[in-house]
Amino acid sequence: MTWHASPSLLRGYRTKDPTLRADAVWAVEVHLETCADCRAGLAAEVGPDPLLDQVWAALDLDHEPAPAPRRRWRWLATWATPAMVPWLATTALVTVIAFLADLVGSTSVSLALLLAPITPVAGVAAAWARGIDPAHEIVAATPRAGLYLILRRTLAVLVVLIPLLALTTWTSPVRWLLPCLVFTVATLALGGFVGVRRAAAGLLAAWSVFVVAPSLLIASPPAVLEPSALVGWAAALLLCATVVRLRADVYMRLDR
Amino acid sequence: MTKAMTTAMTNKGDNSMPRVVTDAEVAPATYPFEIEATGLRVRAGRRMAVDGVDLALTTGVHGLLGPNGAGKTTLIRALATVLRPAGGELELLGGAGTREIRRRLGYLPQEFGFYRRFTVREFVEYMAWLKELPTADVPGAAQRAIERIGLADRADDKLKTLSGGMVRRAGIAQAIVNDPAVLLLDEPTAGLDPAQRMQFRELLRGMTDTCVVVSTHLVEDVAAACTDVVLLDAGRVVFQGAARELAAAGTDADAGDSPMERGYSAIVAMGGAR
Repeated sequence: MTWHASPSLLRGYRTKDPTLRADAVWAVEVHLETCADCRAGLAAEVGPDPLLDQVWAALDLDHEPAPAPRRRWRWLATWATPAMVPWLATTALVTVIAFLADLVGSTSVSLALLLAPITPVAGVAAAWARGIDPAHEIVAATPRAGLYLILRRTLAVLVVLIPLLALTTWTSPVRWLLPCLVFTVATLALGGFVGVRRAAAGLLAAWSVFVVAPSLLIASPPAVLEPSALVGWAAALLLCATVVRLRADVYMRLDR
Repeated sequence: MTKAMTTAMTNKGDNSMPRVVTDAEVAPATYPFEIEATGLRVRAGRRMAVDGVDLALTTGVHGLLGPNGAGKTTLIRALATVLRPAGGELELLGGAGTREIRRRLGYLPQEFGFYRRFTVREFVEYMAWLKELPTADVPGAAQRAIERIGLADRADDKLKTLSGGMVRRAGIAQAIVNDPAVLLLDEPTAGLDPAQRMQFRELLRGMTDTCVVVSTHLVEDVAAACTDVVLLDAGRVVFQGAARELAAAGTDADAGDSPMERGYSAIVAMGGAR
């Protein structure tokens, strides 16, 4: 478009000049919508508006909203909840105490090795138990809740505890790693039926009564932690994992 | 309307970041009721706490009233999909899958538990992550939710430093962070002072395009903020209708200080006599 509104026409448009015909006003208006040059001309014609200057001054353009604080640790919450921290800390402490007891040689059987399989159980319970995790109910109602979230949190427990166990047991992981995983998955599998907290308590009690206590009494390492028992542990792991997978839906609901 | 068109329109005339309006947001709903329950039965422990509830709720604020132990919390939990119904049918958002429902659901349980060391913002952002909001939208959505409930000046304070009323509001902020289509609030006014309750009712009145279910035992909350009332007694719906219909059910002979309370007493007494 080569036609542009003349300054006099723009002035007439701005001052609502009664001599300007209605069709001319419309034409200017339509033209202004598409022509930046003429809009600039009109703006120059209007000149600075004191009211507008006042508003800009009041807006204090230097004042930018403070950026939200960088939360470097936010990703961590997506792996482990704050409710898990005290439980993991307690577990780690018990493991270290068992290690120290082994160092001074108070028992003929390695206490750290005896306790290794049940080490992750408390952490797993804290990951998905009503009564331990205060936010359990609102988290259970979110789309991310379910097997994926619970396994993510369980993985966080294992990532913290397994290196620690590797140091404190001071023996080949062949003896304790698989049992450790079995107890982890068994807590979840059993938890789907009776609630994760009850499952954890039951497994802790069972292992203490049937394995830890007898081993300490007869002062010999339990047969279940010998490499020959690995096949049994592997079968147990497979069974528990299958149960968890088949009953994945229960981990979307409120823990019992 | 297609996604591209909407973006283009939002983009016109300014160069600020356009918000992409998804097709799902502008698609017409294909269901008549956000919440539809037929003969719903839900167990709480061994007890059948909700025993044959028929309910059809659409957008609006619905007050869920009833004496203690009537099954309000169990019903809300079932609506929040955290309890599996023992029988009957429950269809939310036209029978969408559980995960899809939960993306469009806001839930504030009766006992609102939280992580004390999180700030309000951290907690709301954490919930936004759990609700599968796109990562880029999380800070903005959290800020909007916090502003909506009037907690912006305390957004970066730890939850443990907040008063009971503020914690409740933080609870409402996490519930609305994903702009839910169904908002379930279980006793949200417990622990709020009168001024905060009024502010809360104001917030409820602003939720016109959401299906809000508010359980309460305070009849005046319902009278002030709800478009209609569902009265639950012994696991069954004994009354459903507009608030003034509940008021009309009472006579001067019934217990209560307001028409609503008299209506409430009359209906609960009728249920007891049956």
